Amino acid sequence: MLILNCPYCGVDAEETELAAGGEAHLKRFGPGSSDDEFHDYLFMRENPKGVHFERWRHANGCGKWFHAARCTNTLEVFGTYTAQTSEPPQDIKDAIAAKRPGWTWREFS
Amino acid sequence: MSEPISALNHASYDGIANVRECGLQGMITLRGDLSDKSLAKAVKDATGQNVPGQREALVSGDTGVCWMSPDELLVLVPYAEVETKLAAMVKALGKTHTLAVNVSDARAVFTISGASAREVLGKVAPVDLSSEAFQPGQIRRSRLAQVAGAFWMDDAETFRVVCFRSAADYVFKLLKVAAQPGSEVGVY
Amino acid sequence: MSTRLAKQGRLIDRSKKVTFTFNGTSMQGYEGDTLASALLANDQMMVGRSFKYHRPRGVVASGAEEPNALVGLGQGNRFEPNQRATTTELFNGLTAISQNHWPSLEHDIGAVNTAFARFLPAGFYYKTFIHPKPFWKHVYEPFIRQSAGLGKAPDKDSRDADTYEHFYAFTDVLVIGGGVAGLQAAKAAAASGAKVLLIEQSAYWGGRAPVDGGTVNDEPVDKFVEQLVSELETMDNVSMRSRCMGAGVYDHGYVLGYERLTDHTPGVQGPRHRLWRIRAKQIVTATGAIERPLSFAGNDVPGVMLASAMRDYAVNWGVNPGERVIVATNNDDAYRTAITLKQAGVDVLRIVDARATAGPLAEEARQLGIRVDPGKAIAKVKGGKRVKKVAICNQEGVGGAREEVEADAVAMSGGWSPVVHMWSHCGGKLTWDDANAFFRPDPSRPPLGANGEGFVLAAGASNGALVLGDVLTDAHAVGKAAAKAAGFKPKNIKAPVGETTAEAPMEAVWLMPANAEIQLRMKSWLDFQNDVKVSDVQLAAREGYESVEHTKRYTTLGMATDQGKLSNINGLAILADALESEIPKVGTTTFRPPYTPISMGAIGGEARGEVFQPIRQTPMHNWHDRNGADWEPVGHWRRTYAYVRPGESVHDAVNREVKNTRDNLGLLDASTLGKLIVKGPDAGKFLDIMYTNMMSTLIVGKCRYGLMCSENGFLIDDGVVARIDKDTWLCHTTTGGAERIHGHMEEWLQTEWWDWKVYVANVTEQYAQVAVVGPNARKVLEKLNAQAGGGMDLSKEALPFMEWRDGKIGEFDARAYRISFSGELSYEIAVPASQGQAFWDALFEAGQEFGVMPYGTECLHILRAEKGFIMIGDETDGTVIPQDLGLHWALSKKKEDYLGKRAHSRSHMADPERWKLVGLETVDGSVLPDGAYAVGEGVNANGQRNMIGRVTSTYFSANLGKGIAMGLIKHGPDRMGEIVEFPGTDGKTYKAKIVDPIFFDKDGEKQNV
Repeated sequence: MLILNCPYCGVDAEETELAAGGEAHLKRFGPGSSDDEFHDYLFMRENPKGVHFERWRHANGCGKWFHAARCTNTLEVFGTYTAQTSEPPQDIKDAIAAKRPGWTWREFS
Repeated sequence: MSEPISALNHASYDGIANVRECGLQGMITLRGDLSDKSLAKAVKDATGQNVPGQREALVSGDTGVCWMSPDELLVLVPYAEVETKLAAMVKALGKTHTLAVNVSDARAVFTISGASAREVLGKVAPVDLSSEAFQPGQIRRSRLAQVAGAFWMDDAETFRVVCFRSAADYVFKLLKVAAQPGSEVGVY
Repeated sequence: MSTRLAKQGRLIDRSKKVTFTFNGTSMQGYEGDTLASALLANDQMMVGRSFKYHRPRGVVASGAEEPNALVGLGQGNRFEPNQRATTTELFNGLTAISQNHWPSLEHDIGAVNTAFARFLPAGFYYKTFIHPKPFWKHVYEPFIRQSAGLGKAPDKDSRDADTYEHFYAFTDVLVIGGGVAGLQAAKAAAASGAKVLLIEQSAYWGGRAPVDGGTVNDEPVDKFVEQLVSELETMDNVSMRSRCMGAGVYDHGYVLGYERLTDHTPGVQGPRHRLWRIRAKQIVTATGAIERPLSFAGNDVPGVMLASAMRDYAVNWGVNPGERVIVATNNDDAYRTAITLKQAGVDVLRIVDARATAGPLAEEARQLGIRVDPGKAIAKVKGGKRVKKVAICNQEGVGGAREEVEADAVAMSGGWSPVVHMWSHCGGKLTWDDANAFFRPDPSRPPLGANGEGFVLAAGASNGALVLGDVLTDAHAVGKAAAKAAGFKPKNIKAPVGETTAEAPMEAVWLMPANAEIQLRMKSWLDFQNDVKVSDVQLAAREGYESVEHTKRYTTLGMATDQGKLSNINGLAILADALESEIPKVGTTTFRPPYTPISMGAIGGEARGEVFQPIRQTPMHNWHDRNGADWEPVGHWRRTYAYVRPGESVHDAVNREVKNTRDNLGLLDASTLGKLIVKGPDAGKFLDIMYTNMMSTLIVGKCRYGLMCSENGFLIDDGVVARIDKDTWLCHTTTGGAERIHGHMEEWLQTEWWDWKVYVANVTEQYAQVAVVGPNARKVLEKLNAQAGGGMDLSKEALPFMEWRDGKIGEFDARAYRISFSGELSYEIAVPASQGQAFWDALFEAGQEFGVMPYGTECLHILRAEKGFIMIGDETDGTVIPQDLGLHWALSKKKEDYLGKRAHSRSHMADPERWKLVGLETVDGSVLPDGAYAVGEGVNANGQRNMIGRVTSTYFSANLGKGIAMGLIKHGPDRMGEIVEFPGTDGKTYKAKIVDPIFFDKDGEKQNV
């Protein structure tokens, strides 16, 4: 059972306080987008063995959504950060690079 | 106006700790920018307290203020004064983008008191409740077995626990099981 | 025979006698006994029968690894099957029964299986019960069910009489195992100041070191243990729990501990078991090692025991397992058993050592007068219900030229295996130690924690250190390493010096004799509990089961409740040999938690009886309960389905409520409906995105019905939205939707439009909400106003349909919404929850003259169905879009965007072939079955009739005197008047006409008065 640090309330919360919210940093496509764009936005998800970015909500806690960068293989957590961003902050990217040199995920590396 | 009644009307239980429903507590959910000056003034006027920092509970008896999230406070005032205090607060906040709403009747409040209080709560909340980790002055939002809840400490042996009113019966029964005679853990 | 020795027994108190019964026979033991030691002291060698062949079985071990001595413990509500006698502490009045036999332990019919053993090899069931096919249901399955299951399930009417609980614990270092290694590791870790939790599965500290003997710092080891325990007990940063087993190690330092609080003192107040949910920064497993049996024919006859267990019974409980003992071994450690027994006055006939030359302990044994036979093996143990004779042969060879010796007990030792379970549960890898022929933890491949570093360390015997001196050195170093890894600075104190006895190397012996002939291999047991023999594993290998995981499942080796604690390595070695491979190449099966079975009660914890699940209650819950409520769960809420009067059926009650609400006055507790406040300068813009309709244009004081879709376009919720002031809206959700929709709004606000100035608060439970419905609705409210001077004007003009007002109704502060989900004149009135019951009482009293009756959710459903109103969860199922339900009017065409808008233009969503909402009326007035499918012409590719729709809601309408239904039908709205067929699950076919879904008051005149 995972522990993630909620960047809003600073609590190391165990998984029973959290709700998983799928992949992070999806770019929304609304009216006016092409069928392919919209299809990819709705359905196409990364499923890596390794570095991954996810959304979590501190549901039984402060109620805030946040992002987690972690390894789906070893369950190592590289860091958590706020949901009010469309890409991982540099310190998170650096933390991943220190542990997983050469990592890439979607357009990030 | 008829006599307002809390969810369990002061039900009480004595086991390895005393569990008691406290009756009605005035509560205001206040959402806004916690660094805003008018918000700080509104909180001060209503409770005499400063805006709390992360996971701080500045509470004395039935008056005070708790940090709920980076943009939410729980303001505690005596039940009889909640409408007046809320109106004053809304007025003081003026045009500042905030949301202040009376949630007194949406909640139930319990105390768990006695030497084993930490252990009773430690059976239902996945939180480190050792005295090194949790002290009066802190608030923690978590779960109480299967429902959401929040708690802070009145003193070294007393917790104040808040849950939704509809879950009051469950939480009271839950705490009764956790406080049953002979169930001391002996670690805190 | 097995008896109590005159002396010895460090754990028993001979001054305190304890009485218990086994299969109804009264027996005596002492305080400190386990059930197993007490049974042996009473010469109860045979304690049960095996699962498959019903062979007589006796106690083979002395701890958690015991495969045979499983009993049914307790009676009535406290009866529990499959309890290990070796870990059951004896108490006065204990009742135990043996298992797997009929009619009795002594005389058992199922034992005939053993005669057919050669016809019941591995995979027998898989091969046999395939043909002929019809036999399965009536012959094979009943037969297998009859013989399946270990022990006896508790009586179906009994209920667990005890309580259980969980406890969340947090520590820097968790030490699992309270033997010398665990104690020393705990001390070394705690010296750094780290918080240490030490848990031990048994009731006493020190593990097996006091039995094995030796010295520490030149003092006897039991003195050392005593001192260490009292030292740890005085340390503030150390918690010690005995009778608390480490059950499993999980991700990120999560560990389950299984504490047995009152198993040994039944009836004492308090919970029976406590499940510790522990988070540790570092975990030290000091779980010791388990001795392996030797595989020789008849190694399962009662009286054959692990050498270490026999030593335990003598030293710990003063029990002598036999009067004429033979020791069989491949290592030096078993000599200690021979020496211990001999010194206690037991006749040790000889030591059969498979090795060509014995080690230094042999000399000590010889000096005591014990005959030592190197290079020898046991060919066969003879005897049925207890050992009678032992045939001895050369270890090399097939087992010929036997010498028979009369004996009544055999101690066997095939070497030791570290208990690596806790290391392995969360991914720690093992390495093969050839010298000791065991797997031990590979420190370079530990389980990894949240920071990517290892979080488990093994210490002492579980790390492969078998000699006391090595155990202590290792445990001390590991304790310090754990403290360091947990962020503390270890103190530089010296490790205690334990005695290191010289021992000759062990020799791997996987079969006795080495080339045993088939008749012997068929009687050489590997897995005692599941009756798996050497020949079974060899057969599996021959039949192509090369993977250890496949062989396990084919033969059931290691699949019993002991999970192969004794059989695993022996079986693996046989498999490797049969495959002409090596053990590390064949590998082990997966170690899964729990280490030994834990009670279901402990897993459930407090969640049983009335706190099994939260039941959410409205402020009027108790009134409903007192007034005949037939409850319906809606999410965690309980809502009244109908208020059943004495002498009424539920159906009668529903019909009465339906008619009365249309004719007179009904009250519905609508408090469970979600209420969300949405406020801010951007709230209107935000709600325009959340809802398919336009909410920003709603005028203050008015209400609008709104639909919510997911981004995929499917309907997720609906409800009435009221505009409270310029910046504030109040959104009603469905009963089950309050938390979900609140979360949904917060999600979009926090993760997509975080720059929008909007705050949301869930005020659902702040209000008790009552729907006052029916032709007399206004009258009863006006009566309240007249009685108590409430000021709210409730007239048609002052409060028109789809508007709301704040004010006083009677003596209550209220918000009244003029909305209707029934088509009747209707007010939904919110008052503070703390006054909900008083308001309900006032309405009920004032309503008497107007024919007031409370009504439940079924009446609510029927009233809305009569009006053709949809219900989220009935008409919708996560695949339905507003267009399917004819709700185009609620889809704003003016808005550029809302959640679901883009999805609605996807080709499948715009497909004219989608099933659409219609009303359905059976030809004969009967009620259509709920969920029934409509069938059309032709068949699909699978030969099934084509489906063209389904029933979504169906009721008997008392007002119309017939069944009414709604459904989704292909081209439905274009097929009005057509008859459609619905095959029911009862074999009947129902015929229904497609009609307009509005069955009642089509023009809406009743609600607009």
